[in-house]
This record gives sequence, structure tokens and C-alpha cells, in this order.
Amino acid sequence: MLFPISSAHISPIYLVIVGFVIGILGGFFGVGGSFIAGPALRAVGLDWNFAVGTDLAHIVGKSVVAVRQHRAFGNVDLRLGLVMAIGTIAGAEIGAKLIQMLKRAGNVNLVVSIVSIAVYVSISTFMMWESRKTLRSKKRGVAAPATAATKKEDPSSFGHVTRSIQRLNIPPLIKLPTSGITISLWIILLVAFVGGLFSGFLGGGAGYIRMPSMVYVLGIPTHLAVGTDLFEIIISASYGTFTHAIKGNVDILIALVMHTGAAIGAQIGAISTQYFTGPKIRLAFVPLPLIGAAIVIYTLMTGHKV
Amino acid sequence: MKKETAKTLRAFAIELVVYAALVVGYFFLVLHFLGEGLHQLEVRHRYTYAGVALLLIIGQAVILQNVTTLLLRLIRGRAG
Repeated sequence: MLFPISSAHISPIYLVIVGFVIGILGGFFGVGGSFIAGPALRAVGLDWNFAVGTDLAHIVGKSVVAVRQHRAFGNVDLRLGLVMAIGTIAGAEIGAKLIQMLKRAGNVNLVVSIVSIAVYVSISTFMMWESRKTLRSKKRGVAAPATAATKKEDPSSFGHVTRSIQRLNIPPLIKLPTSGITISLWIILLVAFVGGLFSGFLGGGAGYIRMPSMVYVLGIPTHLAVGTDLFEIIISASYGTFTHAIKGNVDILIALVMHTGAAIGAQIGAISTQYFTGPKIRLAFVPLPLIGAAIVIYTLMTGHKV
Repeated sequence: MKKETAKTLRAFAIELVVYAALVVGYFFLVLHFLGEGLHQLEVRHRYTYAGVALLLIIGQAVILQNVTTLLLRLIRGRAG
């Protein structure tokens, strides 16, 4: 099928399947899925600029579907998502500018790549350690589908550190009744800003950094972190889609076709979260940052941006 | 419990088949008509194109979710 905006010939079935897979991951883990969509679009010959912009447009649609589903389960903290969107957009803008400055200074690719590999591997290792420890300590309990009560409890072996962070009284404090916490606005903005910075550095939404940060730094229950991250992604990806579309980087027809698969996948992913407890979702999340690290390593070794 | 799971899976499989038929129709009808118009808009009016692109993807998301929810309700209603 010819997509006239990008002049690309791509099988719509391929796009639907890619969208479906990313939809499931997005709905379940609260990530945008750029680390799969970008390479998948590049693999069928779409130019890099179109792959990035089109992927963002598709992420908007997929996240809308997933958020509506998560909202029905009470898994979206709108107030938190709106505040985080501000920090993410600011971080992404500064990250993109910073990368341009570092590029002029030279050797930036190697430095950023090594830092990102270290961060990804650390996130995976930490989450594996934490979720397994939490699951082991919970083992005596009965495994049951996640109810509203278990979602808010969401035990974590890292909980004592999270509670210390929550006790930092740096005004203004913001009350988040949906998440059941009160926390400094600056900490939320910082978490979002760091996620945005990585997004600016590496492209994509950097959900594999933001979602764990929401759980471990802010102390948001995992189910709520997934739903809220997706809500936040709608805002930041919409902004990204608009700016990329102005620059001529969005083939909306490709995004619409991909989204037909993603719409179903995102619903399956979002519904599936109801059958897993927080620590199990976090344990299943472990391979995602590793995939991100593998892509960076591949880019470093081959010199090709996937 | 197993019976309920089998029922859900069967309903979901039927939904997928109906959904796939709808999507194929969508490709050939809607995208065929939208394609050239959107291409011209992208070339001539970038800002309008950016806004229309966002509206389209959000609109499609809302419509598709409603379609799948309706399908599932119909199929489950008939199966139950």
C-alpha cells in the first residue's frame, strides 16, 4: 500500500501487527513503545524523521484507548499526570537542545550511549531485585486478582526509601487523593523532567524510566503509575506530534493504520493489568529497559541508528 | 471459572474476526479517500495538517474503542 505523505510502500497488515504488539505492551506497562515502533518502521524503509514523528502520532491514539480503559478501572491520577506533563515537556525540550550542544562539542554519542546503557541496566537489575524480594516476602499470602484495595497497598521492598522521599517537605506540597499521597511538587517535576531529558536524548517517550520512577520515587501504586504514565504520554506525545507534523515528519495515514491494531492491543494490555499484582507487573517490566540497552549497544557497534 | 474463560476467549476471537473485517473495509474506503486530501494539506498548510492529524488519531481512538466495546457487548450478549 502506498502512503503518499511519506511516499513509502508498506504492507498495512505489517503495520497492524506492529501496532497490536506495541498496544499490548503500552496498555500493560504504560510505555509508548518507541523502542519497538521506531526500528519496526525503519525496517520497512521509512525515513528516520518520519519513523519518529509517525510513531508519536500512533502513540497518542494508542494511549487514548489505554487511558480510557485504565480510567474505567480507577487507574489514572489526572492531577499527577497534568503536573508531570509540564516537567516532561520541559525536560524533552532541554534534552533536545542539550544534545545539539553536546553534538557540537563532539563525542556525544559515545557518552550518551554509555550513560543510557548504564541507566537501563541499572533499572532492570534494581526492578528485578526489588520485585522478586517483594514477591518472596508476600509468598505466604494468597495470590488474587488486583482489587482496588491491593492496588493502593502495593507493597515494595524499597518502600522505606520512597516514604523518606515523600516526607521531604519542600513547599508547595501537592495532595494526590487518587494515588493516596501528599508530596512536594518539585519532586514530581524533577521525576518528570528527568524522564523528559532522556526522551530528548534518546527519542521516544522514555516510559521505561518514568514508570519505575513514579513507583519507586513518588510512591505511586504500580497500576496507577501505568495508567497515569499513559495519560501523561497523551499530552507529551500530542505536543511532539504537533511539532513534528509542522516539520513534515508525520505520515498520519501510517499512524492511523498502525493504530487499528494498537487499539485492540492496548485494551488487552490494560485489562490484563487487573489480573496481576503490582510486584508481578514490575517483574514483567524488567526486560523492557534491557531491550532499550540492546538497541543502544547495537547502534554503538554498527553505527546505524535503528 | 474455566467455562467463563473459554466463553470470554470465544467472544474475543469472534470480536477479532469482525473487527478485522471492519478494519479491511476501513483501509480501502476511508484511507483511500483521505489519502490525497491529507497529502495536499501536508504540502500546503502544515499547521492545519498538524491539527487535523491530531484530531484524526484521537477521533479514531475514541471511535475504535467504542466499536470494540459495542462488538464485545453484542457478541457476549448473544453468547450468554
